[in-house]
Amino acid sequence: MLGSPSSWRRIPERYGLIGSRCETCKTNYFPSRQICPVCRRRGKIVEKAYTGKGKIYSFTKVNVPPAGFEIEAPYMLAIIELDEGPKLTAQVVDCEERDVKIGLPVRMVFRKIQESGREGLIHYGFKFALSK
Amino acid sequence: MRKVAIVGVGLTKFGESWHRGFREMITEAGIRALADANMPGSDIDALYGGTMAAGRLIGQEHITALIADSMGLNPIPATRVEAACASGSVAMRAGYMAVASGIHDQVVVGGVEKMTDVSTGEVTSALGGAGDQEWELFMGATFPSLYALMARRHMHDYGTTEEQMAHAAVKNHYNAARNKYAQYQKEITLDTVMKSKVISSPLKMFDCSPITDGAAAAVLVPLEKARKYTDTPIEIVASAQASDTLSLHSRESLTRLNAAIEASKKAYGQAKLKPSDIDVAEVHDCFTIAELIAIEDLGFCKKGEGGKMTEQGETALNSKISVNTSGGLKGCGHPVGATGVKQIAEIVWQLRGEAEKRQVKKADIGLTHNVGGSGATCVVHILKRGD
Amino acid sequence: MIGIVGYGAYVPHYRIKAEEIARTWGEDGWRIIKGLGVQEKSVPDLDEDTATMAVESARNAVVHAGIKGKSIGAVFVGSESHPYAVKPTATIVAEAVGATPHLTAADFEFACKAGTTAIQCCMGMVSSGMVEYGLAIGADTAQGRPGDALEYTASAGAGSFIIGKKNAVAEILGTYSYTTDTPDFWRRPSADFPSHGGRFTGEPAYFKHVVNASKGLMEKMKIGPEDVDYVVFHQPNAKFPRHAAKILGIDSKKLEPGLLTPLIGNTYSGASMLGLAAVLDVAKPGQHVLVTSFGSGAGSDSFLIKIKDEIEEKRSRLVPVMNYVNNKEYLDYALYVKHRKKLKSL
Repeated sequence: MLGSPSSWRRIPERYGLIGSRCETCKTNYFPSRQICPVCRRRGKIVEKAYTGKGKIYSFTKVNVPPAGFEIEAPYMLAIIELDEGPKLTAQVVDCEERDVKIGLPVRMVFRKIQESGREGLIHYGFKFALSK
Repeated sequence: MRKVAIVGVGLTKFGESWHRGFREMITEAGIRALADANMPGSDIDALYGGTMAAGRLIGQEHITALIADSMGLNPIPATRVEAACASGSVAMRAGYMAVASGIHDQVVVGGVEKMTDVSTGEVTSALGGAGDQEWELFMGATFPSLYALMARRHMHDYGTTEEQMAHAAVKNHYNAARNKYAQYQKEITLDTVMKSKVISSPLKMFDCSPITDGAAAAVLVPLEKARKYTDTPIEIVASAQASDTLSLHSRESLTRLNAAIEASKKAYGQAKLKPSDIDVAEVHDCFTIAELIAIEDLGFCKKGEGGKMTEQGETALNSKISVNTSGGLKGCGHPVGATGVKQIAEIVWQLRGEAEKRQVKKADIGLTHNVGGSGATCVVHILKRGD
Repeated sequence: MIGIVGYGAYVPHYRIKAEEIARTWGEDGWRIIKGLGVQEKSVPDLDEDTATMAVESARNAVVHAGIKGKSIGAVFVGSESHPYAVKPTATIVAEAVGATPHLTAADFEFACKAGTTAIQCCMGMVSSGMVEYGLAIGADTAQGRPGDALEYTASAGAGSFIIGKKNAVAEILGTYSYTTDTPDFWRRPSADFPSHGGRFTGEPAYFKHVVNASKGLMEKMKIGPEDVDYVVFHQPNAKFPRHAAKILGIDSKKLEPGLLTPLIGNTYSGASMLGLAAVLDVAKPGQHVLVTSFGSGAGSDSFLIKIKDEIEEKRSRLVPVMNYVNNKEYLDYALYVKHRKKLKSL
């Protein structure tokens, strides 16, 4: 079960899609990286906020969930390719499997991701919805 | 660097081991390997053990101390390595390096996982630790779902079909039914796979390797000393390992494992062999799509043709290349930390001609391909008869 | 001049029909629809709560306002379904709109009117110069006991308003509140569902406060019902606001553009806010809007708002309320129970 600190330190990334960018090779990264794997010490990593727009790169409907996601199952999970380049893993909400196709445009939405039990913390962050 | 040979291997029966725990299983596998090598325990200089999630699955860390103790091997050094589902192969490689470098002479390598002491949900979460906890698992990803994302993309990019994937499961069950150590002893049909419950679309129950208890062990010695223990030493002619991003989404492509391509290139280089030289291969089919991608990454077919090759039976027993004669992870079972060592044991038996009903007719050179997580670690070993 | 610089709405994707709820409890569907004037209501997804809806509406408002998150000096979230009993919703919103850390934030609770009270607080802070912009939100995932009359209406939604002085799309000409201690509806901390006084929630509670606040504001502003083009009243159902308009001598046509309850139910703290947003979506520069909220317990906040020319300029940045209202998918009662986690074992 997740405690406060591990969830709290990810808030900028999970709420606001704040990642990083290497100014040297102009590569965007999400989640943020401390070192650019291409440029290494010649790289210059700066903060980069993503717009939350992207498209479906691959998707699956999860019928058998991990612990903590039982009530939400089944749910759509996808790899999203952000317009700025990086890819990430997120749930896709408000849709059925038949609505989802590789290449469809999506936009970020704000949802609950997990709860640490009935009395624990609620962890919020990004999910995606098909752009209408 | 010294040449290294495998002189003994041992397995437990894979499956649901209600009566035996972690220590009983690994001890049994170790005893069998030592007996197979005709080697007294007092000859062993060091132990390397691979297990993925003992902490989560049985609440036990410090497992190689436990194994050395349980096998009566104290006070030899006992070292644990962990690389998720590739833990067993990484332990093999650690043992190989110890012998090759001359640091140790006789080394026992073990791999083990006890998975049925906790609920399926807990196993799913524990195995999830092989991926990126903060950026994949946190979002609700599971291992089947990560491989499902690969499968969907493979289908999209190469026209691979669910039936082609299903053929891998059918073939692996056929082989497993001829392996007394395998979890599943029954053949299945394409229909069984296609009609099974969807776990994470497009992957169904029979596309997925099961939850398995099991242990495997191998004994390594310098090749020049091998004849002291056995008439049929098996030489490790390549041991290569590579890494990739922990999370699947960070990779340029979902339809290949760069770590597998990299490790196999190095391995072929070390062994001075090419893919067509391989007679028998144990590849990491944690999901059917993984076997299709594996045979592409290993160069057994062209990129994108893994589905076709499987469907056409070119990976079946005694075909173009016999893939997963043990039944693979799908048919033989996948006790995570044990799998890499089990793959070695299967190739050893094949090269010795001891694989019984599943014996490959011409088995001179064999390969193992063991993947950690969704491809962040890959280990490839190539084995050859030492005669 | 204090005004609305930007606003945003959010209504979840899922709906349940009143008919379906009636079927479950063996009630007469058409009589309930006729009685309450509510055909269906919004239902939040399993991963939605007051915080997530508040964030979605607030992000829409920030885009509509065309301001930087950092320029928001106060975030107040009014709700009676804050996800935590202790730990603010407002900090979650502030972080998600990029307003942190140089701001003040708090959660408000006053049954269904906490959002409009948040607007008043922002008005005070903006006019005093304490902050440049204040973000006032009304959001709820309203609870209704299974089988209770409230179950037909208690829904989910959020409205956000950014209050400031510059580039306002509408000017708030005045506000007036009417408050008494009237126990018409309540929920103790340990209770899962609210209790209510049945018919007592009508005349001494809703009507007394809505009518007196509206009258008080019109007297204060020296206007009559004929001077306003649109009216938004708190809308627990479709009947109450229509009756309140009748008492006040207001043409019920002025009520319809801001009356969302028939289509989405009662979004509690979101109700007056979403009603106002729907009116702003269609109102023309120069027109006047009277808004009166109602919160059980009880009180009403009334506002007189004048639409400005800027409303046309900013319209392209807007996600109209009706986009959310019309984008929907129906649940049956069983899935609704799952969505609302009404089974104790969930």
